[in-house]
Amino acid sequence: MPSLKALKNRIASVKSTKKITKAKQMVAAAKLRRAEERARESRPYTERMEGVLANLAASAKDNPNAPALLRGTGADKTHLLIVATADKGLCGGFNSSIVRLARERIVKLQGEGKTVKIITVGRKGNDQLKRLYGELIVWKTNFVEIRQIGFKEAQEIASKVLSMFDAGEFDVATLFYGRFKSVVSQVPTAQQIIPAVAPEGVETPDLKGAVYDYEPEEDAILKALLPRYAAVQVFRALLENVASEQAASMSAMDNATRNAGDMIDKLTLQYNRARQAQITKELIEIISGAEAL
Amino acid sequence: MADKLHFNLVSPEKELFSGDVDMVEAPGVEGAFGVLPNHAPFMTVLLPGVVKVKTGGDEKRIFVRGGFAEVTPLGLTILAEEAIPVADLSRDMIAERIKNAEQDLADADATLETKLAAETTLTRMKELQAAL
Repeated sequence: MPSLKALKNRIASVKSTKKITKAKQMVAAAKLRRAEERARESRPYTERMEGVLANLAASAKDNPNAPALLRGTGADKTHLLIVATADKGLCGGFNSSIVRLARERIVKLQGEGKTVKIITVGRKGNDQLKRLYGELIVWKTNFVEIRQIGFKEAQEIASKVLSMFDAGEFDVATLFYGRFKSVVSQVPTAQQIIPAVAPEGVETPDLKGAVYDYEPEEDAILKALLPRYAAVQVFRALLENVASEQAASMSAMDNATRNAGDMIDKLTLQYNRARQAQITKELIEIISGAEAL
Repeated sequence: MADKLHFNLVSPEKELFSGDVDMVEAPGVEGAFGVLPNHAPFMTVLLPGVVKVKTGGDEKRIFVRGGFAEVTPLGLTILAEEAIPVADLSRDMIAERIKNAEQDLADADATLETKLAAETTLTRMKELQAAL
């Protein structure tokens, strides 16, 4: 049985933990709103881009001279995994679940005798992966010093990836991130970005029999479009990641706050019992002392 | 003016313009072009420059840094990498871009493509600077 003093200290400490988690939860809720807003604002661009690409890719499919970014290198030997996670913890299993998905993929690819290279985006993913696969990480980046992720950061990552592709350093690139399904559900997702997968289920406008006029010709447009499409995909993944991180953080902190509340109740009960027991004990001592006289 | 052109201008970070207009002028890679309602399906790459949006007697000018324009029967869509209304553009910003482009051009390691891109940007930005 802990002493009254010890119980009192523990209650005080759990109370301050509760205050911290509560504050963190509210911060996450505010940030989540902003992140969702940004994700929504970027959607029109992505959707349009997908529409345009679907259109072009359909006509370039049978073209043997299609750019390598669409067609692939023809090999399937070296895989590049881009693992995007958050820079901060305190968001439940968010980072770990992305890393776990990536790790399963690494094990599978290595089992098939393929070479794996890793790029980590965000500090947490790097921390978790470098222990096991430190020698596979070819590049890492994080946004610790950036307040708000913009298209510029996405472009930086994309241009790094593209220059590696041009140098023939990998055949297939896959992006890992936490897709934001809803506030309570974030799904770790793997998405292949190189060779580009033409988006499916995109509605292409009915041209009413007219033929597209391309200026310059289709190939040149496709060549200019594909690197941008890669950047757009990275950008979307980063935005979704931010939203997912905040959502995960919010629910993790909500749980923590509730747990702290339960613990305070339990400890207070224990404290009151101990206090009563002590009073009873003192009373018995006084009474039995008086009887003895 | 029964017919209007539906025009969308989107950048990765947000949608800048969406609505019905009379005419849009944009800087295409093979020359500037104008789009009126009922234009044939058409697609082109854009150079950095100013997009002019005309509605009635009103003209809106928006600077875009590269991107794509697509005309479908539904209207015109411009996917800009970056778009800033000309009114919000400052001389300092342009000067900075000119400096960046000059640096790229002076960079000995840069590939031919980067240099070409930098040179185009440089010319376009200087034109813009003169126009302001």
